[in-house]
Amino acid sequence: MAHDHHPTGIKRWLFTTNHKDIGTMYLWFAFIMFLVGGLMALGIRAELFQPGLQFWEPNFFNSLTTLHGLIMVFGAVMPAFVGLANWLIPIQVGAPDMALPRMNNFSFWILPFAFTLLLLSLVPQLFPDGPPNFGWTFYAPLSTKFGPASTDFFIFGVHLMGISSIMGAINVIVTVFNMRAPGMTLMKMPMFVWTWVITAFLLIMVMPVLAGAVTMMLTDRHFGTAFFDAAGGGDPVLFQHVFWFFGHPEVYIMILPAFGIASHIIPTFSRKPLFGYASMVYATASIAFLSFIVWAHHMFTTGMPVAGELYFMIATLIIAVPTGVKIFNWVATMWEGSITFETPMLFALAFVILFTIGGVSGVMLAMTPVDKQYHDTYFVVAHFHYVLFPGAIFGTIAAVYYWIPKWTGFMYNEFLGKVHFWLSIFFVNLTFFPMHFSGLAGMQRRVPDYNMMFESFNALSSIGALGLGATQLLFMYIVINCIKGGQGKATDQVWEGAEGLEFTHLPSPAPYHSFDVAPEVK
Amino acid sequence: MSLLKKVMSGSLSLLVFFTSSLWAAEPEHSTLNLRPGVTDTSQAVFDLHMEVVWIMFAVAGLVFAAILFAVIRFRKSANPNPAKFSHSTTLEIIWTVIPIIILVWLAKPAISLLLSIEDTSKSDMTVQITGLQWKWKYTYLDNGIEFYSSLSTPREQYVDYDKQGTEKGPNYLLEVDNEVVLPIGKKVRFLMTAEDVIHAWWVPDFAVKMDAIPGFINEAWTRINEPGIYRGVCAELCGKDHGFMPIVVRAVTEQEYNAWVETKLAEKAEADRLAAEAALKSFSMDDLMAEGKKVYDAKCASCHMPNGEGTGPFPALKGSALATTGSPDDHARLVIYGKGMMPKFDDQLTDVELAAVVTYERNAWGNNTGQMMQPGRISELKAGN
Repeated sequence: MAHDHHPTGIKRWLFTTNHKDIGTMYLWFAFIMFLVGGLMALGIRAELFQPGLQFWEPNFFNSLTTLHGLIMVFGAVMPAFVGLANWLIPIQVGAPDMALPRMNNFSFWILPFAFTLLLLSLVPQLFPDGPPNFGWTFYAPLSTKFGPASTDFFIFGVHLMGISSIMGAINVIVTVFNMRAPGMTLMKMPMFVWTWVITAFLLIMVMPVLAGAVTMMLTDRHFGTAFFDAAGGGDPVLFQHVFWFFGHPEVYIMILPAFGIASHIIPTFSRKPLFGYASMVYATASIAFLSFIVWAHHMFTTGMPVAGELYFMIATLIIAVPTGVKIFNWVATMWEGSITFETPMLFALAFVILFTIGGVSGVMLAMTPVDKQYHDTYFVVAHFHYVLFPGAIFGTIAAVYYWIPKWTGFMYNEFLGKVHFWLSIFFVNLTFFPMHFSGLAGMQRRVPDYNMMFESFNALSSIGALGLGATQLLFMYIVINCIKGGQGKATDQVWEGAEGLEFTHLPSPAPYHSFDVAPEVK
Repeated sequence: MSLLKKVMSGSLSLLVFFTSSLWAAEPEHSTLNLRPGVTDTSQAVFDLHMEVVWIMFAVAGLVFAAILFAVIRFRKSANPNPAKFSHSTTLEIIWTVIPIIILVWLAKPAISLLLSIEDTSKSDMTVQITGLQWKWKYTYLDNGIEFYSSLSTPREQYVDYDKQGTEKGPNYLLEVDNEVVLPIGKKVRFLMTAEDVIHAWWVPDFAVKMDAIPGFINEAWTRINEPGIYRGVCAELCGKDHGFMPIVVRAVTEQEYNAWVETKLAEKAEADRLAAEAALKSFSMDDLMAEGKKVYDAKCASCHMPNGEGTGPFPALKGSALATTGSPDDHARLVIYGKGMMPKFDDQLTDVELAAVVTYERNAWGNNTGQMMQPGRISELKAGN
């Protein structure tokens, strides 16, 4: 354990093959992208604060929504989860590092280049016709025939992000299947490892599909093909099928690791084992399987045959069953426990409650006849932000609070953590709950301006968004403060009820090289 | 100070909103909920929506109540010794089976409603709806009436970059120059398509939302029960002015509808006659410039900007080669037939209007070529000469 010599300064980070260093870089990268994407969200909310065009020309407004979505999905949520996987999977399965450390370094260092390509589109000297402006779903032909020149940079950026994700996923799978400590059978793996290995399979299955979609776009734009152009025998709806075949599993890629995180935190602070471990594993696997066969529920207004609409409605409704099992199991875990409310537990509880709100609006959206009215309105925006912000992002924040004492060896400031929690929960609801109403009342998505009847709800959302964004700066302060020593040293177990190899077999902070000798799991 | 004022007024209006307007009689429809609308379908959709809402409230309410109970009753100070159980097959079967029953319960009415929504057979009349950036074209297939319909809210109402606030009408962004007129009590079939990108025609009061896809035709239908004005919007992101292509339907009795058809056809015949006459005339520069400015502001300014300087992907015309040194014929052909993102205007503008707008673009904003385009030349260009 003493020989953690490594280059110092910038070389340490450029050439590192250490899973902890790479995990740290992923997490910081994700946080920076979260702030960039958040700034764009504030740009959107500023324009929508009141009716009329006050800030942006409509075309640039569309670019803001596009870049906000792409950056949050590919730059913030996904890298944050890969960062957590890097930090946690080796120390949770008792491995010295990830199985493929050089590839690990490469998959991270692709990302800054991918996002440079994407963000270069904001430089007007390079792209006088502006950044991508067709929404993060980049439907053809708006993104092909009608896309600005920067679309090609976007395409190559997406290719690079996909390569990075696939490599990250391969690394997780190889590590989990080859490097578990002796005695750790599959059904003894921590839930975070389970959810991530399932996520990794989703990534390997769908990122190539996304690569295919953007490649078809590229050849449609420049090489005379007509995959998505009816005039050449193609079909614009084909694009949506290919996109959502990637896109729906992608939605679960952004939530399954958060399920895993909640399954660690809730038992720890309830001082009681996770209820229904096996059914949690099977529910996660079922959700992942179902995610491949429901994609066209995003397309109920495209004029699908009625048989297709019926099938996709019923298949989608079935997802509620395993998702319900997970929520009920978390509640049962708390039942007759001995619960305390440290910051990670607060975020995990908020995750369960607010994710449930996103879940029930999801059931509403699955019902084809009513979805035709919800589709492309702010109701949908409310729904997916409820599963993404309090879902994926609260999950990540909970994980950081829960494991940061193990990472740094110091306790974060509990009081500020609670302030961060209460402000976040207030503002997240203030931002996103009113969107349910404006959507039902008839406000469509992706517009820079609207009739006065939606004014109050939009003003609320905008105030909420400003508060929500500012609150996350407090989170940054808490993390930096913790790295610098925080509220003193953490114990090795960190939390009274914490289980798992990282808490029972490693000191705090976890040494640079851990588990040189594999632990025995009974 | 002004931001603070806005925040204050925003919060205040919200407070007022929540305390009063929840209960106040809304003139047209709720701003909180889906609307029951004016068709049997929209009423059925609303009823199903409310059923799901209540069931989902109940489900979420039970989960939240259980969580609330747990965090109070089983907090460490109240329950210092945690139980050790970690599974219960009975419970897990129960909470797998009950959701399945609820979902089957929900799926049943949804299936029958869906089948009726998708049944476009036995219609009384058909309207073809074509989406294009950023307006709608309506073609009544039974009598040949055809017109374009675009936003009529003046630009001054929504452009507020100096943040002084603007006066806005009550139907701000939900008003058009030409309303679609439909008879009540008739099954109207819609055929949806598009010329450029995907649009979606959505009128909430009819519960009709259908994508208009270039190169394909989608079907939808409605049967309106009550006369009135019904407003909708484009629901699928279709580029810059996606938020500025509303829909207005005026539903009238069958007699009024027939009278409207008569008038519309007579107007069309008269307009065709006048246009044909005018197309043979030569106009003065002043006339062309005056007419050209009107056409430009209505059809061209949203992309090329009122000052001709363009914006984002939309090129400037002011000082451009096309509108100065280039040949007037090439310029006119581009306007007539379009190219890439530039839409074609051959059937949206008369020959006189086309000639006027080309003349305007070649002489406004200091382009000053002194060149005129006459309607006669436009009709020659259209004939391929």
